[in-house]
Amino acid sequence: MSTIVRATGLTKTYGIGGGAVHAVSDASFALEENRIHGLLGRNGAGKTTLMQLLTGQEFATRGTIEVFGERPVENARVLDRVCFIKESQRYPDDFRVRHVLRSAPGFFPEWDADFADELVERFRVPLGRRMKKLSRGQLSAVGVIVGLASRAPLTFFDEPYLGLDAVARQLFYDVLLADYAEHPRTVILSTHLIDEVSNLLEHVLVIDDGRIVIDADADDLRGAAIDVVGARSAVDAFTADREVLHRAGLGGLATATVANLDDAGRKAARDAGLELAPVSLQQLVIRTTVGANAGHTNGENE
Amino acid sequence: MDDSRPIFLQIAEQLENDIVSGALPEESQVPSTNELAAYLRINPATAGKGVNLLVEAGILYKKRGIGMFVADGARERLVAQRRDRFREQYIAPLLAEARGLGITPTQLAAMIGEEDAR
Repeated sequence: MSTIVRATGLTKTYGIGGGAVHAVSDASFALEENRIHGLLGRNGAGKTTLMQLLTGQEFATRGTIEVFGERPVENARVLDRVCFIKESQRYPDDFRVRHVLRSAPGFFPEWDADFADELVERFRVPLGRRMKKLSRGQLSAVGVIVGLASRAPLTFFDEPYLGLDAVARQLFYDVLLADYAEHPRTVILSTHLIDEVSNLLEHVLVIDDGRIVIDADADDLRGAAIDVVGARSAVDAFTADREVLHRAGLGGLATATVANLDDAGRKAARDAGLELAPVSLQQLVIRTTVGANAGHTNGENE
Repeated sequence: MDDSRPIFLQIAEQLENDIVSGALPEESQVPSTNELAAYLRINPATAGKGVNLLVEAGILYKKRGIGMFVADGARERLVAQRRDRFREQYIAPLLAEARGLGITPTQLAAMIGEEDAR
């Protein structure tokens, strides 16, 4: 498999001196072609800035970016193959939905008009309505339709689901999977609804406070952390020389999220009378990005 | 899907279960990777990894241009594998739990007999 996006030491700083904000700090990673990547993190963690950098909409303060092996900034060879669906997309004032769909082929050489029409029906978007009269959910649906029908070799979805109800979100995930299977391409999905998408993702980047804190295959993250639950003294004894991502306790009971516990470790935990519980990707991300010991106070419960 | 193990292993296991139960008879066609992905709402590459695991083990085989099929003798081999694992997966934890509750192996054997007779 080949690399489609490569960032090295990527840094974006807003402002100067003491008030400077590091939106992205020294991020280095590579994304492989024809996979669905998740870009996960809290609001303000730097997800959108990172995608703006990768799509040439922002200039990096330091570091390098290669997309399709070239710099993306003002580079038509790269940008013709990229689709970036963002939450805050603006449209010309007098545009109606059909104008957006009609102008799309000019931006996306691989545009599939029949597929777009089918999606308009399935998402129940009113073709004749002015873009500024659309509800938040309808606006998101238009973004999703453009992103899917663009068939761009590299497609970014930046939290594309705002205002979409559960049915429409499931429709988006189902259509994305089916169309990706038929037309393999690289998709980068930024979201904080992690439970909803965790089975769709093949690779995960987690960004926190501008830094990449997890860069791993989704399947490798399953079972990478496990909750050890039991009497506080037993949990403390068991975790004394192990890597703990998060702790919580209630009275004499404690839960510790332990990283990379192998079969022997699991058996040792069970033999010590402790219970083991799986940690979902969403919980893993929360525990990685909230700070290791943020929950290490008596009486804290989740 | 459960969160404690890689999805591709769970896919392989699910297909194995269907072969052992007879839902997927030998020489029958297995759903395609894309069908599995759409039905289970998982990444197609992950589904493919699970299927490939069974191809490498000789449980499934590929007919070029048609799809994946259950190999001849696959069920028998899976049943044999599972019998080997039965002791550690079921008997050992059963005995451990029984011991904790003060149930002797003899009493346990009697309980199994009674349950089976019901």
